[in-house]
Amino acid sequence: MARAVSTRRKIATTTLAWLVGLLIFFPIFWTILTSFKTEAQAINNPPLFWGFEFTLENYAVVQERSDYMRFLWNSVIIAGGSTLLGILIAVPAAWSMAFVPSKRTKDILLWMLSTKMLPAVGVLYPISLIFVELGLLDTRIGLIVILMLINLPIIVWMLYTYFREIPGEILEAARMDGAGLKEEILFVLTPMAIPGIASTILLNVILAWNEAFWTLNLTAANAAPLTAFIASYSSPEGLFYAKLSAASTMAIAPILILGWFSQKQLVRGLTFGAVK
Amino acid sequence: MSPKTALRASAALALGLFATAASAQDTTITIATVNNGDMIRMQGYTNLFTEQTGIAVEWVTLEENVLRQRVTTDITTNGGQFDIMTIGMYETPIWGANGWLVPLDGLSEAYDVDDILPAMRNGLSHDGTLYAAPFYGESSMVMYRTDLMEAAGLEMPEAPTWEFIAEAAAAMNDPANEIYGICLRGKPGWGEGGAFITVTANSFGARWFDEEWNAQFDQPEWEQALTFFVDLMNSYGPPGYATNGFNENLSLFQQGRCGMWIDATVAASFVTNPTDSTVADSVGFALAPNHEGVERRSNWLWAWALAIPAGTQQADAALQFIEWATSREYIELVAANEGWANVPPGARTSLYETPEYQAVPFADMTLRSILAADPTNPTVDPVPYVGIQFVAIPEFAGIATEVSQEFAEVYAGQQSVQEALANAQALTNDAMEAAGYR
Repeated sequence: MARAVSTRRKIATTTLAWLVGLLIFFPIFWTILTSFKTEAQAINNPPLFWGFEFTLENYAVVQERSDYMRFLWNSVIIAGGSTLLGILIAVPAAWSMAFVPSKRTKDILLWMLSTKMLPAVGVLYPISLIFVELGLLDTRIGLIVILMLINLPIIVWMLYTYFREIPGEILEAARMDGAGLKEEILFVLTPMAIPGIASTILLNVILAWNEAFWTLNLTAANAAPLTAFIASYSSPEGLFYAKLSAASTMAIAPILILGWFSQKQLVRGLTFGAVK
Repeated sequence: MSPKTALRASAALALGLFATAASAQDTTITIATVNNGDMIRMQGYTNLFTEQTGIAVEWVTLEENVLRQRVTTDITTNGGQFDIMTIGMYETPIWGANGWLVPLDGLSEAYDVDDILPAMRNGLSHDGTLYAAPFYGESSMVMYRTDLMEAAGLEMPEAPTWEFIAEAAAAMNDPANEIYGICLRGKPGWGEGGAFITVTANSFGARWFDEEWNAQFDQPEWEQALTFFVDLMNSYGPPGYATNGFNENLSLFQQGRCGMWIDATVAASFVTNPTDSTVADSVGFALAPNHEGVERRSNWLWAWALAIPAGTQQADAALQFIEWATSREYIELVAANEGWANVPPGARTSLYETPEYQAVPFADMTLRSILAADPTNPTVDPVPYVGIQFVAIPEFAGIATEVSQEFAEVYAGQQSVQEALANAQALTNDAMEAAGYR
């Protein structure tokens, strides 16, 4: 039976949710706002919320100085490629862990997650040397492989959790109907796990899009994605906050729009199984 | 690994190798640099260099700390991603000594290497060999509000003492109207607050190490310097100065919230630029101060310079670019298009002999500040190291960052001067022992 909730309580929780939401969104809002100010207005104290001279000059300067489309294209290829490669590897892995677990499955899952606990800089030199040897420095394919490896534990864990929610009996029935392993995964399991797979893809695209350690350290001129584009506007000696904000807005815009349109899917996927 | 995964990985590697081999055929040089105004301006003129020489240029602009990490990794793993690197005075002698940089002894006669300011040339050399050509150089000096000084009935001497600075800060301090007597760096980091407190200590006669590489934080000069700094900033500095670095103080000064600011000479062109600065027409300059009775002043020396990593396949093209970018002709090119106040300062003697440049308000004080800096003799007592606001040994960046964090805790009121100095002494000696200096 649904609990009766008083109107006052409803107003209080809604207000709180809005406040938390606005608090989380504020840095993004401020970045976007600053990108339309002049450099002098950007550092004005008290900060200017309105009444400033709206300008598009920063966007013009950024556009003139950097090849935005090249950075954007690299980001799309790297984030998309690493996620797809990760999914291709993780679906069979998660299937075997969810439906044919061995006594070591839990240990393997925990071990996979433990690789995320090592700070990335700890393996900077080994990875750099491997990349030099294999000629993968500053290539998109190199970044696709490294970002896939970094996000693989998360993809496997998420898919494993979703697959566990699917009754094994359905798969058994498919097998009895003569489905092989390939058909079972492709035509029975995958369609049922679509919401889970979709939210895993979305989350991993976001993670790969925002990854700013390997994408900065393993690229130079050719494969640099939008993280390098933002980093190029940060200055130790000089105030270029408005231009930095314009560059940041341009870098986060595609992923923000993607997140906006897919938020229902994302929330549904992330809370899948949490409210049973 | 499954056969399919192995196949995919092999295909990926083959593609990667092919891509690298293909890109090596063009005459394109890749330059790693920082996002400083002068560097960005240079990028705008690069097409002229390409027209003259046929050499295309790719720029990789990074944040300073990321750049350091990136180029260090590249150079130590022989990655060969960059043909030119923008590095500073701290790295150049160390990397030159390690054989990581190509010596710049092939510079043409027309380039006139003797025109480079001697202080810059020495700082960018190891054992007399030049390893990087300065693109622009800087020292530090006092920038002050002439209107506030006048209102306070004081006159800034050309070479003030710390005692006068404290007096002037007290006179100009007006926190009720959000005007603070003095703004200085407190932000942790060897190149931020660490650099500033080191030069302050120099001007009180303190030093980082004695000739046997023993840390000197237990000496009275350090306590005197740190106590003076903390008292000055607590009394007349802006709130939260423990987190202020160059950019934060620049912002405060441009908005008219600082009576004085002691920092890099390169800031002079920013604070006198009427587009960004509200106090552009009332800024004066003076030499960095010293403690009464101590001859050394608290000015530093730094250069952003262009160097060629030893792993490059395009050393000749890289050298051609360095000659072009750090030449007198480049300075004249910028002057003709954007005015003399916007040329890269602090690298060449001839710039300061140019009458048009002598008319720029901060030119004279910048030159005098640079000339007054001596990296081999930074403080009163002899030291075993080279460097003024840094010690040119590889371990320094790590040690000084930790020490500056200890000091920042004093600025934030979390520990006493004595506690911070005791901690700094212990951690520095430990690190130096572990590194084999002691």
